[in-house]
Amino acid sequence: MEKHLTQYQTVCFNLNGKDVERTVDVRASLTDLLRNDFRQTSVKKGCEVGECGACNVLIDGEAFNSCIYLAVWAEGKKVRTLEGLLGPNGELSDIQQAFVDESAIQCGFCSPGFILTAVEILESGKAYTDEELRKLLSGHLCRCTGYENILRAVKKTMYRRLGRELPQE
Amino acid sequence: MSKSVGKSVARVDAYEKATGRAKYMDDLCDRSALVVKICHAAIAHGYVRSIDTAQAETVPGVVRVLTCFDVPNLPFPTAGHPWSTDPAHQDVADRLLLNRHVRYFGDEVAVVIAEDEVAAMQGVRALKVTYDELPFVLDVQKAMEDGAPQIHEEFPNNILKHTDLRKGDYQKAILEPGLIRVEGWYDTPTVQHCHIENHGCFAYMDAGRMVVVSSTQIPHIVRRVVGQALGLPWGKVRLIKPYIGGGFGNKQDALYEPLCAWCSTMVGGRLVKLECTREETFVSNRVRHAIRTHIISYVRPDGTLVARKFEAFSNQGAYASHGHGVVAKGMGAFPQLYPCDNLECDCWSVFTNRPAAGAMRGYGIPQAMFAGESHIDDICKAVGMVPLEFRRKNLMPVGYVDGFSKNELYTDTFNQCMDKGMAAIDYERKLREYQNQTGPVRKGIGLAVFWYNTAVWPISLESSSCRMVLNQDGSLQFQTGETEIGQGCDTAYSQMVADAVGVPLRDVHVVSSQDTDVTPFGTGAYASRQTYIGGFSIAQTAAALRERILEIAHEQTRMPVSNLDLADGQIVRKSDGRVLKSLGDLATESLYSLENSQHITAETTAQIKSNAYSFGCSFVEVEVDIPMCKVKLLHMVNVHDCGRLINPALAEAQVHGGMSMAIGYGLSEELKFDEETGRPLNNNLLDYKLSTFMDHPTLEVGFVENPEPTSPFGTKALGEPPACSGAPAIRNAILNATGVAIDCCPITPHVLYRQFKEAGLITD
Amino acid sequence: MYDMKALYQAESVQDAVALRLKHPEAQIIAGGSDVLVQMREGKRAGAELISVYGLDALRGVSLEADGTLRIGSLTSFSHITRDPLIQKYVNVLGEAVDQVGGPQIRNIGTIGGNTCNGVTSADSASTLFAYDATVELTGQDGVRRVPIQEFYIRAGKVDIRAGELQTAILISRESYEHTFGHYIKYAMRSAMDIATLGTSVNVRLSDDKKYVERARVAFGVAGPIPLRAETAEKTAAGARLSAELAEAFGAAVREDIHPRDSWRAARDFRMHIAVESAKRAFAEAVRLAGGEL
Repeated sequence: MEKHLTQYQTVCFNLNGKDVERTVDVRASLTDLLRNDFRQTSVKKGCEVGECGACNVLIDGEAFNSCIYLAVWAEGKKVRTLEGLLGPNGELSDIQQAFVDESAIQCGFCSPGFILTAVEILESGKAYTDEELRKLLSGHLCRCTGYENILRAVKKTMYRRLGRELPQE
Repeated sequence: MSKSVGKSVARVDAYEKATGRAKYMDDLCDRSALVVKICHAAIAHGYVRSIDTAQAETVPGVVRVLTCFDVPNLPFPTAGHPWSTDPAHQDVADRLLLNRHVRYFGDEVAVVIAEDEVAAMQGVRALKVTYDELPFVLDVQKAMEDGAPQIHEEFPNNILKHTDLRKGDYQKAILEPGLIRVEGWYDTPTVQHCHIENHGCFAYMDAGRMVVVSSTQIPHIVRRVVGQALGLPWGKVRLIKPYIGGGFGNKQDALYEPLCAWCSTMVGGRLVKLECTREETFVSNRVRHAIRTHIISYVRPDGTLVARKFEAFSNQGAYASHGHGVVAKGMGAFPQLYPCDNLECDCWSVFTNRPAAGAMRGYGIPQAMFAGESHIDDICKAVGMVPLEFRRKNLMPVGYVDGFSKNELYTDTFNQCMDKGMAAIDYERKLREYQNQTGPVRKGIGLAVFWYNTAVWPISLESSSCRMVLNQDGSLQFQTGETEIGQGCDTAYSQMVADAVGVPLRDVHVVSSQDTDVTPFGTGAYASRQTYIGGFSIAQTAAALRERILEIAHEQTRMPVSNLDLADGQIVRKSDGRVLKSLGDLATESLYSLENSQHITAETTAQIKSNAYSFGCSFVEVEVDIPMCKVKLLHMVNVHDCGRLINPALAEAQVHGGMSMAIGYGLSEELKFDEETGRPLNNNLLDYKLSTFMDHPTLEVGFVENPEPTSPFGTKALGEPPACSGAPAIRNAILNATGVAIDCCPITPHVLYRQFKEAGLITD
Repeated sequence: MYDMKALYQAESVQDAVALRLKHPEAQIIAGGSDVLVQMREGKRAGAELISVYGLDALRGVSLEADGTLRIGSLTSFSHITRDPLIQKYVNVLGEAVDQVGGPQIRNIGTIGGNTCNGVTSADSASTLFAYDATVELTGQDGVRRVPIQEFYIRAGKVDIRAGELQTAILISRESYEHTFGHYIKYAMRSAMDIATLGTSVNVRLSDDKKYVERARVAFGVAGPIPLRAETAEKTAAGARLSAELAEAFGAAVREDIHPRDSWRAARDFRMHIAVESAKRAFAEAVRLAGGEL
């Protein structure tokens, strides 16, 4: 059996605001790097082919499925995981709190990925319609919630950040 | 006493899950674990002739290769049912760890254990498996024919089981003049649970015992099955259930825990991990039974049901798993939902060369409701009745008692639920508005009701155990054998415990993980049983704990027990309401007493010999684009009577999830197989069409709260019911919009194209 | 971890070309949303990869001196959709690639990867066909330009020669000027899906908005590679706008398309949807162009 070339590479990147470096097997995905080397348990494996969104992270402000992103591509990038949202004393960010308050979490396996996409949406500073929000969140599958309360959580936080009243249904 | 029950408190695990700190199976597994990868059969039926492992064994990193020729000959059952001490009632033990007799495309024939997943997969690909192929059969009725491929030798014509039900005289009753005959065949698909966390587990030996950490709904049952499969005394097995990323019935089976545990024993008890890929989850875990149902009804022109025939053919797939219980439950609902004096009902569970069908949210009821509720609307069309009026006339009446389960319909639940749903969706106005539509895009409105009963008594054991341990500060831990898998039972239980003991919710700490070494026995998450069943053991254990606390309070305060109460964490003198001391002070004094030290705990087992109906309905409004063969959901409302709500917000959220599952069942989800080879075609989340964020309308939920008299907390089933009536409601809305009575689900564009063409709505 | 034999990361286009020549068996990986998935499936297991993902020079949309719209091959779908030049000149392309998969896939997926795959279902491809796009390939001997219809050879096979790298997709001014287009993705769900059929129509109307000056229609999944329906285009060219014209335009696509039966969809179903989609996309394109049917 032909062995692969043993190839390692040092990757320097910024993880949740901190510059880090690790030497990784070039065959590793970013999911592998974040879970194994940095113990970022928020990065979940649900399909490993970019269909479920459970491994979603933000790279330079955009959402990516880390399972189909090579670890070495993180070189020089700013990577954010759910772990990076917490305040210094473990305070939840507004969007995390909204997921709690709106009962948008059930089994919890899709939640981290959803919350990070929500962060990208919220940080755009724009107001979106429900239809637009549904599309922006459509890269994540959830089997527990029917997406309903996730929409409520994101919408509520969006309005709060924009300083507007949530329209009454 | 209700301070916490009935309130929408946040989930007890919300913070852990919102931060990603909650540890699921793979988060707990040490990175040193060896990885197990399975070699799945590439034929649908036959025997493994040989497996050449030579090349696989030379792959760098491969530690051990094991094949179907290496496994112990210890057949074991996998269903997540309580064990029966009566051999006649035990589940069919038709599994081996790896199989020489391949019964479906994807059956397990070998494993490779390696240092990492890449090496393990290279090893799997390097295996050379040769087969003696046999003909295979995928269709349930073809599998019953004489001469069909025989899948399990002991079951002629592949019939795992047939049961029937007779009432009155069907043959005689249908002779009544003037009856309208309505006949239909209704097909439901093979679908998969698609919890976002795939099943996986890891295993290692510790102090001569087998420890398995698994993503399972049923830790105590899996412990037993691992023991059976490996020939170990059950006490030699320890099963641990951490946080679970959803189950929906798939993890109500022993899946790969026995194989993983065996692999560990074959590498000297080292830590090994077996994680299913999504592709494996679809094919080699469990699926929902595809059921074909045939219904004939004889009805008087005024809508009176005179005689009915019901036949259901349940596609069991390759292995017995939960077996006949699923279709039998569906058949059980048939005579109860619309009582009728003359009935002939039969159902069959039939082996085919498809993936094994097991438990899935609803357990035969979504299939039965798709057929039954579609058929009701077909009757309405035939006799010219409004679907809602027909249901009001014929549904199970108040006071109905089922002779077998002794379940009783105590209140006018169906009408109350339908009234609420009608109002929410504006049923009558829309029904009028959508009459006589023409044009390519039409709207329609439909409804369906569902029947469900909570838990498994009297078919199987219902028992629950609970332990409570009081801390020095007056807070307490509690444990049950029932399992949190995402549905929220830990939170509901905490609320119950707070009220039943008489402490604030903040002083209640749930031990979420089940560890069979320390957790009291319980059978786990299934049958929408946990809130109902767990309520009994919580109420009983809380009473025992209170009794001990008040006894000690009597010793410490010298007041008679009859004048003492525990409320909100305080010992109170009932006569004047004075707080005598806090529970914390009592506990501390008791524990550290130099005369009579007491660790205040309680543990009891409740056996439950009752069961409760849990009913409701779905209303759906659709827009059908006929030329494009597309259905758009405009509005969907579910109304449930699950008794008293323990946590309204979590209840509503759970209903959303069930409605979502019903949308997929109704419109898009189906696991497909190649007719030529039996190979699954779409076992991934791209090709299997789980509904996405953009496929849903706003989901609206209503509740009717008639407290269930048999439950200590007035509650009953809610976990599965939301998935039961959505699909037929969608189907009936399409019928209302187009006049086309669809005969199957999912109602995909392909189905609409075929049936619209037949109906002349589309001409090419 | 992926079962790859080796990973070569290109530092520049020239470097990529050199790596291609040095490792002729190696597979180019752009965003990886197809290649890595296939590698994990086992189809490409054990392969060598040349990663061009780091070549930022191949990202972005620009206008060349002659008005040609230049889309760097590594431009992600989401960046194409948000690009002001795309929105101004070929908005339909931005709308089409905004229907690929879901948001994360649109952030990683590139238009170069989408076309180099050679698959008929690519959401970008039918619109690029409908705009007579040109594919730019850079090799040892410089740049080669190929019309997209020639770039696709057969299912899964495109015209990339040894040592070449696709570096841009070009749309000429003549092609996009004064045109309005509409794309209909027919899929089994509203997100995270591949097209059962992709239909891209663009029209240019006469100054008085009464006549069709030029109409183009291309399909994905109506044949083994994306294709144009010229009979329909001829039916509309020069014709006066009317509801009947839209019907005739739709009906005419039957002459040129040849979808196949597969487990994903039957031939007659795809044929039916193609007719209806062409009609609707034509009507919408006309509406966008300011015409009335």
